[in-house]
Amino acid sequence: MTTHAPLAIEATGLEKSFGATRAVAGVDLAVPEGAIYGVLGPNGAGKTTVIRMLATLIAPDAGSARVMGHDIHADGDAVRGLVSLTGQLASVDEELTGRENLVLLGRLLGLSRRAAKARSQELLEAFEIAEASGRLVKHYSGGMRRRLDIAASIVVTPRVMFLDEPTTGLDPRSRNQVWEIARALVAGGTTILLCTQYLEEADQLADGIAVIDRGRVIAEGTPGQLKASVGAGALHVRLLDPGRRPEAAAVLGRAVGAVELEPDPAALTVSCSDAERAATGVAELARAGVGIAEFSLGQPSLDEVFLALTGHMAESDHTLEEQAS
Amino acid sequence: MNPTTTTAGGADTAAVRRAIASTERPPRPGRLSTALTFGWRGMLKVKHVPEQLVDVTITPVMFVLMFTYLFGGAIAGSTSAYLQYILPGMLVMSVLFTTVYSGISLNTDLTKGVVDRFRSLPIWRPAPLLGSLLGDSVRYVVAGTVIIVLGVALGYRPEGGAVGALAALALVVVFSFGLSWVFSVLGLLLRSPNAVMNSGFMAIFPLTFLSNVFVDPTTLPGPLEAFVDVNPISILATASRSLMQGQPDGTAIVVSLAVAAGLAAVFLPITTRLYRSR
Ligand SMILES: Nc1ncnc2c1ncn2[C@@H]1O[C@H](COP(=O)(O)OP(=O)(O)O)[C@@H](O)[C@H]1O
Ligand SMILES: [Mg+2]
Repeated sequence: MTTHAPLAIEATGLEKSFGATRAVAGVDLAVPEGAIYGVLGPNGAGKTTVIRMLATLIAPDAGSARVMGHDIHADGDAVRGLVSLTGQLASVDEELTGRENLVLLGRLLGLSRRAAKARSQELLEAFEIAEASGRLVKHYSGGMRRRLDIAASIVVTPRVMFLDEPTTGLDPRSRNQVWEIARALVAGGTTILLCTQYLEEADQLADGIAVIDRGRVIAEGTPGQLKASVGAGALHVRLLDPGRRPEAAAVLGRAVGAVELEPDPAALTVSCSDAERAATGVAELARAGVGIAEFSLGQPSLDEVFLALTGHMAESDHTLEEQAS
Repeated sequence: MNPTTTTAGGADTAAVRRAIASTERPPRPGRLSTALTFGWRGMLKVKHVPEQLVDVTITPVMFVLMFTYLFGGAIAGSTSAYLQYILPGMLVMSVLFTTVYSGISLNTDLTKGVVDRFRSLPIWRPAPLLGSLLGDSVRYVVAGTVIIVLGVALGYRPEGGAVGALAALALVVVFSFGLSWVFSVLGLLLRSPNAVMNSGFMAIFPLTFLSNVFVDPTTLPGPLEAFVDVNPISILATASRSLMQGQPDGTAIVVSLAVAAGLAAVFLPITTRLYRSR
């Protein structure tokens, strides 16, 4: 990561408690402009609370933050003029149509009636909700809602966008659409702070990742560094003929690394985090004439990352009491 | 898969990129314009969710029919005499029930995350709350008009004429503006729209029955009569009755307006504070 790029988000020592729950217990963030920065953590880690503080929805108990150089406390209005929030709950008005939602935001942001309508039409088409634009949002599918939600966040293109678990609960197709939209936004110059529970999502999108647990940043780095620190992905191979598994194990053992036989008599797994080594392994199998039914390169899960980083599995909703004990 | 223009999912990447590139931030709208935009939102909801209007007017309509024809003869000697007594009170009941919906819709916005979106916008902060009054007022007027029209159809004749009836409706609507902030506070404090509905009606139902909407309080036992006499809903019903009869009761009107102003003075600031910090 370049350290001299100007920072879009700079937070120091952010803290927030709700009663006895220390939701955020001292978070520092430095997000360079024009990047997607991932905040990765399990349910209850404090991700949403961090975003809500940065978007000026709630005031931190301690610490400070600047968004595009504006202090969230002293200059909240200027911050709101530059950011937009796509909350965990797809914050669109269910009792309005998709089009009305977008026109409403356009008007609130200062577009004329005509400009708001034109802009809505453009977004509805680009996000493929034009057909459903006259229906009430409560009848939308999860993917459509999420796309409308993101469209609503870019009626006027923000400088900084907060995306809070944008693909949780979505099917793979809708998830890909959301990822594509996020990439297009960054290509257009927007900085994205992405909260997610999925290492894969952070890996796909983010240039830098902060792993948070119990309201604290416990690791920071590029996706590659994080995965390397965990040490392992895995190449999964299924053979056409289970009888040739010993042979395949020998080939992969030489070409890639330690082989593990799976309960499925046709399948084996090789620990491997390097895609090129994995490709070589598959090619060697093909050269040896061992028929492959399917193969995939799996990534370490968030659970594995957590286990490696903290020595405990990711748990949900930690409380102060648990932390103290 | 066609990696050049579309994703596997189908979102048109080129169009998305164009849509993202094409905006310049316009100057911020004025406060009035922002509040009016929220008013427009309120009207759209009235249009899209007419069931809500039916929900709130059905009870008073049933009450008018039931009380007039079932108990009217027993209470006032004849159904037509009772209708003449009860209708202005039913106007009050009908419109006041509608105010609970201010709290319900605010709570819906809160639990669905819509409030978060509005609060993250660079807009004049009280605008969402003030704008919602516009949609509310449409609901109040409709709820009141339904009762007046029903009454006239059943044979009710306001001695104060159309002017008296309109004046009564206007008074009740203004009172509702004050009362609605009480339910807005509930809407911001409770966990779900249903909880707001239940506690809202739990409060307003007994208050309506312990008023002079249905019966002349002089027939009640002493302590009850004392309560009914000071119940603001009684005072509002008296004022509304006086206007419809063409003999405005100045004291009742002024007290009603003062109560409304008092409710707004206490609960509007609480609402805005809660709205900002939730
Ligand atoms: N408004 C709130 N009131 C009380 N507790 C809250 C509130 N918001 C969050 N919390 C608690 O703070 C912790 C962090 O929550 P959150 O920021 O939502 O985590 P995440 O988004 O990572 O799942 C959780 O234990 C959650 O229960
Ligand atoms: Mg969250």
